[in-house]
Amino acid sequence: MSNGTPPAILLDKVNKWFGQLHVLRDVSLEVATGEKVVVCGPSGSGKSTLIRCINRLETHQEGRIVVDGTELTDDTRALDTIRSEVGMVFQSFNLFPHLTILENCTLAPIWVRKMPKVEAEALAMEFLTRVKIPEQAKKFPGQLSGGQQQRVAIARALCMRPKIMLFDEPTSALDPEMIKEVLDTMIELAESGMTMVCVTHEMGFARQVADRVVFMDQGEVVESGTPHEMFESPQTDRLKLFLSQILRGH
Amino acid sequence: MGTTTTTHASTPARAQPALLVAGPIAWARANLFNSVWSSLVTLALAYFLIKYAVSLVDWAFIKSVWTVPTDPATGRLDPTACRQAKADGGACWAVIWDRYRFILFGRYPFDEQWRPAIVIVLFLGLFVVSAMRRFWRKELALIWVATLTAIFVLMWGGVFGMRYVAQDEWGGLPITLILSTFGLACAFPIAVLVALGRRSTDLPAVKLLCVVYIEVIRGVPLISLLFMASVMFPLFMPEGLNPDKLLRAQVAIILFAAVYLAEVIRGGLQALPKGQYEAADALGLSYWRKMGLVILPQALRLVIPPLVNTFIGFFKDTSLVLIIGIFDLLTSGKIAVTEPIWQAFSTEVYIMLGLIYFCFCFSMARYSRGLEREFSKSVRR
Repeated sequence: MSNGTPPAILLDKVNKWFGQLHVLRDVSLEVATGEKVVVCGPSGSGKSTLIRCINRLETHQEGRIVVDGTELTDDTRALDTIRSEVGMVFQSFNLFPHLTILENCTLAPIWVRKMPKVEAEALAMEFLTRVKIPEQAKKFPGQLSGGQQQRVAIARALCMRPKIMLFDEPTSALDPEMIKEVLDTMIELAESGMTMVCVTHEMGFARQVADRVVFMDQGEVVESGTPHEMFESPQTDRLKLFLSQILRGH
Repeated sequence: MGTTTTTHASTPARAQPALLVAGPIAWARANLFNSVWSSLVTLALAYFLIKYAVSLVDWAFIKSVWTVPTDPATGRLDPTACRQAKADGGACWAVIWDRYRFILFGRYPFDEQWRPAIVIVLFLGLFVVSAMRRFWRKELALIWVATLTAIFVLMWGGVFGMRYVAQDEWGGLPITLILSTFGLACAFPIAVLVALGRRSTDLPAVKLLCVVYIEVIRGVPLISLLFMASVMFPLFMPEGLNPDKLLRAQVAIILFAAVYLAEVIRGGLQALPKGQYEAADALGLSYWRKMGLVILPQALRLVIPPLVNTFIGFFKDTSLVLIIGIFDLLTSGKIAVTEPIWQAFSTEVYIMLGLIYFCFCFSMARYSRGLEREFSKSVRR
């Protein structure tokens, strides 16, 4: 991993509190360019907060976060630049309901990247084709199924040609029959060499795609390793307990 | 895909059953006479409705007088027929026929009244064009600037061979339209900024300023603001610098309307799910792009009904300028009936004024309903 090039994402002893609640405790994490990291853990373990700190949807109070060589501070201009390089996919899709699918995808390229409209639309169609829904381009988000909306959300993020993609429980709000179509899109994206951080409970996806799995509990990184190490020989009781609960549910 | 419904082969899809009874009689039976009490109430209401409707029609159309002859001796109108009609319980519409130009244009010089008449037409044209969605482009702002310039050139004159008409001679419907159109058009952008300011988390000073502005203005009646603008404000101004009365009232109305609109818009901003803000942030959109492209288009659509409610309220509230002596539609109507021969016929004039106000307000209401329907068609959540 440490082959001389700086990491795509570096978290160094990050701490965060919501009021009295200590949600991130000395979290340190390094993600190399091209690496795929799956973050898992029970609900309330701070995994979503962690991933939201990476593009500063949440602000951390202690420690350092460096993304793509730039440290996250209160400098909003630098922040907008980092955000345009980091794509994010949310649990609840968060498509813009007043814009068509195509407009959802071209909005940021046109206004942030200053791309000409025709070019942005061609780019959007390319990514919509890649997520296999080019025929929905003229529709509004409300007319699509959940799985389709999430794939549009992925395409929308990809249209910015980000260096890093963050996934915050992308399949948790989906009906079971739609989870696969979204996971397939993510697997394809992973195979293309994208740097990815995914918060997910999909252990099959983690096994197939992840270079590393990070297990969090109560705001701490408890254990991390390759999927094989983590699933076959968990070291801590907390991970063993979590895995037994997760596997029972599946 | 996900929204298709599956139909089993064993239970083929059926059309919903046709209504067993239909038509006006069935409707009346179901809605008006479905029980003894319901029937009694229906009959009682029908009795009053018919009784008053008949007497209204009788007063307004049957026993009414539409014109009165000119007295050849004095060359003035002879209202005897109207007095007779009034005694018989009929309306005298002749007062409107005689005074409509004063009601519509106030004390604007009689020979020049074609100018405010064109102004009214220009305003109506502006409203119609602005209401059509296919004109919702950048050019619309130019149309507004051009039309409003034309309106003031026409009202003031002094150029193109038109006589100069001082502002205190203006009156009637153009004043009402100027106050309300300018008031709402200027108040709206201010309101958007104030609403955003009040929700700002990064700029506490701006937020405080917006909160103070909203609470102070909202805490006083419009009438007192108008008084301030017309009586107290000139005292603070340096000698010789005295912006005209209409402008001062206009500023007071703008400041007042902006507060109410800002609170309505803030409601829309709050109603949007947090995810919309986060998704816009995550794409790297700057604050103003996020607001202009993602948040405001949705927030404003959400608040169309209360927004139009406020618009309608302010259209009517402009009539409060009456108390600082500005000649709006209501004032000129009121003064029109102070003429001795028409003093007894103010009801007719007020009915006409009411109809004019109603036409504007009802159009706004209808339009907003259409707009809501159209938006809900395209945005199905």
